[in-house]
Amino acid sequence: MPPQGPWTFVRRNPTIVIGGLLMLFLVAIALAAPWIAGDPLKLAPVNRLRPPSERFWFGTDQFGRDVYARTVHGARVSLVVGFSVAIAASLIGLAVGLLCGFYRAVDAIAMRIMDGIMAIPSILLAIALITLTRPGLWVVIAAIVIPEVPRIVRLTRSVVLSLRAQPFIEAAIAGGTRTPRLLLRHILPNTLAPLIVQSTYIAASAILTEAGLSFLGVGVPPEIPSWGNIIAQGRSFFLIAPWSILIPGAFLAVMVLGVNMLGDGLRDRLDPRLARRM
Amino acid sequence: MAGDAPLLEVRDLACHFFTLDGVVRAVDGVSLALARGETLGIVGESGCGKSVTALSILRLIQKGAGRIVGGSVRFEGRELTTLSDDEIKELRGHRISMIFQEPMTSLNPVLTVGVQIAENVVRHTGAGWREAMDRAVEMLRLVRVPDPERRVHDYPHQLSGGMRQRVMIAIALSCDPQLLIADEPTTALDVTIQAQILELMVELKEKTGTAILMITHDLGVVAETCQRVMVMYAGRKVEEAPVGELFANPLHPYTRGLMRARPRLDEDAEAAGRRPRLQEIPGIVPSLNRPIAGCAFAPRCALATDRCRAERPELEVRPGGHLVACFEAGRDAP
Repeated sequence: MPPQGPWTFVRRNPTIVIGGLLMLFLVAIALAAPWIAGDPLKLAPVNRLRPPSERFWFGTDQFGRDVYARTVHGARVSLVVGFSVAIAASLIGLAVGLLCGFYRAVDAIAMRIMDGIMAIPSILLAIALITLTRPGLWVVIAAIVIPEVPRIVRLTRSVVLSLRAQPFIEAAIAGGTRTPRLLLRHILPNTLAPLIVQSTYIAASAILTEAGLSFLGVGVPPEIPSWGNIIAQGRSFFLIAPWSILIPGAFLAVMVLGVNMLGDGLRDRLDPRLARRM
Repeated sequence: MAGDAPLLEVRDLACHFFTLDGVVRAVDGVSLALARGETLGIVGESGCGKSVTALSILRLIQKGAGRIVGGSVRFEGRELTTLSDDEIKELRGHRISMIFQEPMTSLNPVLTVGVQIAENVVRHTGAGWREAMDRAVEMLRLVRVPDPERRVHDYPHQLSGGMRQRVMIAIALSCDPQLLIADEPTTALDVTIQAQILELMVELKEKTGTAILMITHDLGVVAETCQRVMVMYAGRKVEEAPVGELFANPLHPYTRGLMRARPRLDEDAEAAGRRPRLQEIPGIVPSLNRPIAGCAFAPRCALATDRCRAERPELEVRPGGHLVACFEAGRDAP
């Protein structure tokens, strides 16, 4: 491969670059939230339902809270949920998937459990978990991770099954490679490409699910601003103050778009069959 | 071989696969012996049990699919069929190495070739990684990969098929094995590369004294590399002889058929403008999922008699170190 300048990379992978820039922007504002925006919880009844202005860029809600501050802080919840769910689901799914693909006995049992978990709708599971425990960010993350795990398990398992039939795995076995090393050095690295792609989609869907849960009031507690609960709280005043719904909604859409573009770009880049055509 | 025990001795090996269509007797009572530093070729059509024989020696038949149901495999005086899983893993890649048919896919795409050679060294000799990487460079030089110091950091996709097969040989020989099992090592390569690889294997064998079990369907490969040849048909050995003897005087009708089915450069015939048509062996290899009465080759054999169809011929010793399992051995086709 000839050495590539940064522009060649941009021209060849526009989706990665655009998706990456969107995500970079959102991560930046989430990290900088305390410095670039005021207190998202400060009530100011005098300034209720103000339209966007120089002082309140995105207007205010029915309690006079700054929608800009709330939206910027809300990015943190979405990103934390998106990344944590993607990472946790991938790690658990990868471990189970490797074992399922490699050991037939584990496969028979674990896959039936996975089928069972897949049958539980994530929203209902979240509602059940949250009624059983105190609402909080980690409960939301756990509630979203559990139903996502089987998807990763299935993916990893199918990749491992096809890898097992590969001559290089047979060759490694014929060379006396011990099982742990066979799994970790020979099989695992070959499953990563599809896994990374899948985990970006999981991040996107986790962000949406969290917003949905918060909208229903079973997500993060109301004192933490999240795009879902901002929209939920603003919905009664939609006609008078549409900005308190449209703006966090737009951010949500942009973030999901960014994650999905990144995922699509990575898929094109990492899938050798698609990569060759470029 | 007289007197001292052979390096590898396989006796009455039987490996059966248990499928829904019944028991497939892929290998059904094969015996062979290999002395230190000797090269034995196993030839036969696809599906005659060559590869299964080789895989059975290292117990690489996938559990659940097939099983060694009988016979013994003795290597350096140890019985391999009863070793524990850990003990046989210790042997693989160390005392007995194997190289496979597909060099394009037999290397892990995400590891550099150096790591893949070094890995075997670390696994079996207890050397450190630094030391093992030096060994990898040395091995690449030995198998004549140009510029080994740089190539050691290459990934498999950066190498051609011939180079990859050289790397496979480097891995296989990295721990100085006593026995190298080569399962059709040149089938996937084009002829010029094929010749280079065979030459390399013969040369390395001279240098290291490794015995080779050469599995192939190419009689040309056998002629170039082996000292003795055994011909397999339908899971059994039908003929075995020193290589010169077999080519000069094939006794089994199946072996004769294989010889006639090879293209040859016959200059006289070429000059006369008539190139003889290749002769095929009519019919196909019988399916092995039911017991075969009589000689397995009888249905395809021009010499078959009623006795051939009813009674199975056993291996008989003939002059010249020749073994053959045929009632009509040596007779010419009518």
